[in-house]
Amino acid sequence: MGKVKLKEHIINREWCKGCGICVHFCPKNVLELDETDKGVAVRPEDCICCKLCELRCPDLAIEVLTETETSALVKSEEAAEV
Amino acid sequence: MAVKDYIRQRFFPHIWCPGCGHGIVLNALLRAIDQLGMSKNEIVMVSGIGCSSRISGYVDFHTLHTLHGRALAFATGVKMSMPELNVIVPMGDGDALAIGGNHFIHAARRNIAMTAIIMNNRIYGMTGGQYSPLSGYGTRATTAPYLNIDHDFDIAEMAMAAGASFVARTTTYHVRQMADILKEAILHEGFSVVEILSQCPTYFGRKNKMGSAADMMEMFKKNTTPIGSEAKKENPDLIERGIFVQKDVPEYCSEYDKLIENAMKGQ
Ligand SMILES: Cc1ncc(C[n+]2csc(CCOP(=O)(O)OP(=O)(O)O)c2C)c(N)n1
Ligand code: SF4
Ligand code: SF4
Ligand code: SF4
Repeated sequence: MGKVKLKEHIINREWCKGCGICVHFCPKNVLELDETDKGVAVRPEDCICCKLCELRCPDLAIEVLTETETSALVKSEEAAEV
Repeated sequence: MAVKDYIRQRFFPHIWCPGCGHGIVLNALLRAIDQLGMSKNEIVMVSGIGCSSRISGYVDFHTLHTLHGRALAFATGVKMSMPELNVIVPMGDGDALAIGGNHFIHAARRNIAMTAIIMNNRIYGMTGGQYSPLSGYGTRATTAPYLNIDHDFDIAEMAMAAGASFVARTTTYHVRQMADILKEAILHEGFSVVEILSQCPTYFGRKNKMGSAADMMEMFKKNTTPIGSEAKKENPDLIERGIFVQKDVPEYCSEYDKLIENAMKGQ
């Protein structure tokens, strides 16, 4: 397996409560809260895919998608469409 | 299976306050179960009453939401009648150790196979921030505006003294350790106790001027240390985390089966 690369951060804005835990603990300062207090990835190019934000989010609102995997949530939604 | 396949998505966003540590426990528990490759049908979650106990509403296992303090009693009934199921019992510190303290020590003494997760936020979150047996001397709560004079106890030491055959502690900061410990606890054949230091920013945090949820998690990082570390020798006030006990002791349901077999001999 090659190096894991970031595809995207999927942040569920309906579930995020703006607690700031992901922002506070990101080792690379990738995340911020926007003007509506929702987590956003403002510097995705700096992300090292440690997934600590995903693991520490109390609201299950973040998924860090990497090159080697696709989101199960997206997959099941796509599956529901066809 | 993906983590999201183990939850009842229709009930999200959940009711917990922003930054509540109980959500992080849910997060790590789902990952532990996913990594163990367990099916939803082989798990029963039994909880009592409290913010922590609401966790059973969000997982898509067999679930029972019972009475305050009595989760272990209901869980004992479930396990005795269907010992092939994996029973997980998440409890608040009040639920497990105030009203439910007696059930707790006796479930540990019997060594009945189930995983008791104590989400210790040192307060009664659900009912408005009254002090709990885990608040500790010198803390503040809604019912202790002039400082608490009650001493707390050490959940891990008490569980070990009562006979639990698996005892561990971790925190909501240490999410990878939490998932690893939960996996071991679930696989253990006996009564497993996992204490997880969890933050209630709304009551314990606010009353004790501990700052944000992230600040409270920083304190879990600062105030804890791996079991037997050098740091602990230098600073005895540090709280140890890791697995304290993991031993083979005859398990209650299998002993009960043997008893029946013996009694039926020659009949
Ligand atoms: C028999 C009974 N007594 C008291 C209550 C009120 N009550 C509900 S939850 C709770 C304590 C909650 O604290 P804890 O178990 O620590 O969980 P948390 O809400 O902090 O997660 C109490 C006293 C109740 N529901 N039933
Ligand atoms: S940790 Fe989760 S809930 Fe908190 S701000 Fe980040 S995405 Fe939102
Ligand atoms: S995966 Fe790690 S580096 Fe990337 S945003 Fe999350 S916490 Fe930051
Ligand atoms: S009151 Fe405390 S324990 Fe209850 S949901 Fe809010 S932060 Fe969590």
